[in-house]
Amino acid sequence: MLHIVNKSATERNSLESCLRMATKGSAVLLIEDAVYAATQGSEAAAKIQSAMADLQIYALGPDMEARGMAGRVLDGVKLVDYGGFVDLVTEHSTCQSWL
Amino acid sequence: MSDMMDDMEGGEGVVKKFMFVNRKAPHGTVYALEGLEVVLISAAFDQDVSMVFTDDGVYELIKGMNTKGIEVKDFSKTYRALEGYDIEKLYVEKASMDARGLSEDDLIVDVTVLDSAEMASLMAEQDVVISF
Repeated sequence: MLHIVNKSATERNSLESCLRMATKGSAVLLIEDAVYAATQGSEAAAKIQSAMADLQIYALGPDMEARGMAGRVLDGVKLVDYGGFVDLVTEHSTCQSWL
Repeated sequence: MSDMMDDMEGGEGVVKKFMFVNRKAPHGTVYALEGLEVVLISAAFDQDVSMVFTDDGVYELIKGMNTKGIEVKDFSKTYRALEGYDIEKLYVEKASMDARGLSEDDLIVDVTVLDSAEMASLMAEQDVVISF
């Protein structure tokens, strides 16, 4: 399963719900305002770091750059571009968007 | 009617304290950009304008944005032009920056950093508060 989250973790609980439901071996892709969660010093950083034990965490690079956060990405979070986004979708049989 | 026109054109109208509260991250929603545009319009009315950045709103002021990849306008540089419109009262809540691992050095403009109690009393003394 590929989980896609696009809401800021400091505004909505989408990421929290996603991490609660995502099962071991799943992938989580952070896009749009969700990318802030994967930056150093964010409130969600610890949750992302502990989630990385069981889940692959990805973030959309262009969204990080647009927000001036590209230099603050947490270690272990893999940045993908739009092509990588498409690859993730095709590699997983199911996608869930946590709107 | 003509009195009202005189007031508006002669700049002798009442000056009120306007506060624009920005609580949303840029790009993900249109609130940040729309809020900024309303502030720029308000500059034409010679009011006492303050801008507040709190919660995810502090992300609006981050340096070094590059929006080319997501093909939207990078309006962050417009915050630096506010001074030219005599909008110089920019306030950021310290707790909101701290919660996001940010400091004043990460911001694109000079701001006044307030603690939550100071922010609260600043809000309390406004005539009009508009939220984005």
